[in-house]
Amino acid sequence: MERDFLACPLTGTRLIDEYFIENRTRLLDLAAFLDRLDRAADPAADADFRMQAFREGLRVLCGSSGPRVERIQRVFSDPTTEPADGLDQKSACGAYDHSKAGGA
Amino acid sequence: MEYIDLHAHMASRTTDDYEQMALTGCVALTDPAFWAGFDRASADSFDDYFHQLTEVEPKRAARVGIRHYTWLCLNPKEADNRALARAVLEKIPKYLDRANVLGIGEIGLNRITRNEVATFQDHLDLAAAHRQIVLIHTPHLEDKYKGTRLIVETLQRDGRIDPGRILIDHAEEHTIGIILGNGFWAGITLYPQTKVSPQRAIDMIERFGPDRICVSSACDWGPSLPIAVPRFALEMRRRGHDEKWIRKIIYENPITFLSQSPRFLIGQKMNDGNGRKAQSAPSGR
Ligand SMILES: [Zn+2]
Repeated sequence: MERDFLACPLTGTRLIDEYFIENRTRLLDLAAFLDRLDRAADPAADADFRMQAFREGLRVLCGSSGPRVERIQRVFSDPTTEPADGLDQKSACGAYDHSKAGGA
Repeated sequence: MEYIDLHAHMASRTTDDYEQMALTGCVALTDPAFWAGFDRASADSFDDYFHQLTEVEPKRAARVGIRHYTWLCLNPKEADNRALARAVLEKIPKYLDRANVLGIGEIGLNRITRNEVATFQDHLDLAAAHRQIVLIHTPHLEDKYKGTRLIVETLQRDGRIDPGRILIDHAEEHTIGIILGNGFWAGITLYPQTKVSPQRAIDMIERFGPDRICVSSACDWGPSLPIAVPRFALEMRRRGHDEKWIRKIIYENPITFLSQSPRFLIGQKMNDGNGRKAQSAPSGR
């Protein structure tokens, strides 16, 4: 889909000047979360479907350019198209459990 | 700078929050019918809630000069309960004539069950029969992509309501293209922790352009920020964007969408070039 867009007035260097520090912090937070999981040494954590999606998201993050956010959103998303027959729980949990669907 | 918060559950917020919003330039907000955080005991509870939305909150807002509008429905979190849905839907028509009711919302899907889809369809019937504009909630997290596609497909199959009279809210990077590309308005809700940040909202606006997009705080009883919209404006300035684009997104776009309801009385003079300011809020009744 092509629409008009509103270009960001800042150059790449200005974007780095303005946003580098806070994104550096986010990167360290992410690393700290993974280190924490390593220290927990819980085999269940590796098998957790949410963390499997998370690690797949990290692969997209570190991959080549492109719409990374959109692709990571799709990694976490339910790919099915049919409504469920009944309500399982009230809230979403952040990642789709492929094993639950009996597919993929 | 004046702004309109198109999605703010003020029934769950304090008077201090109203004051913060007024101090940061909020002239009007719309408060969509929502889940209480627990399932209500019966349909009769909704009489109290609709009374709160149409009588109590407008007075609280007016005390700080904010005009309060609302949308009525049974929210998607309780929509799987078909018996409750039928009973609540029967009640809604008698409230649609109240002075601050703009339309039907926030309807939509939560966990995307067959019952939720049926309740969503019932609300579309109500909106079409009463010629109401519509505010739609899309599911969060892993359910958003599937839910947004199902909502768009349902609306297109139904076809009775012009897409320009429908705002599909909680848009994110993987759904905003589907929403705008099919002629609907897109809402972006700004959350401090779990969902879209002001930075990502601006990224989407840069990519898709400033037309048919509104931003809101979606503040409710959970972690949320009643002054998320002025914080968004601040981030737009930090990103170097011109004031005219900020005003378009936080003030003019909501007016363009909401003015499709004859009840919405803010900024009617916006487009006739005389530069009149928004009307002040009504005094409490
Ligand atoms: Zn809401």
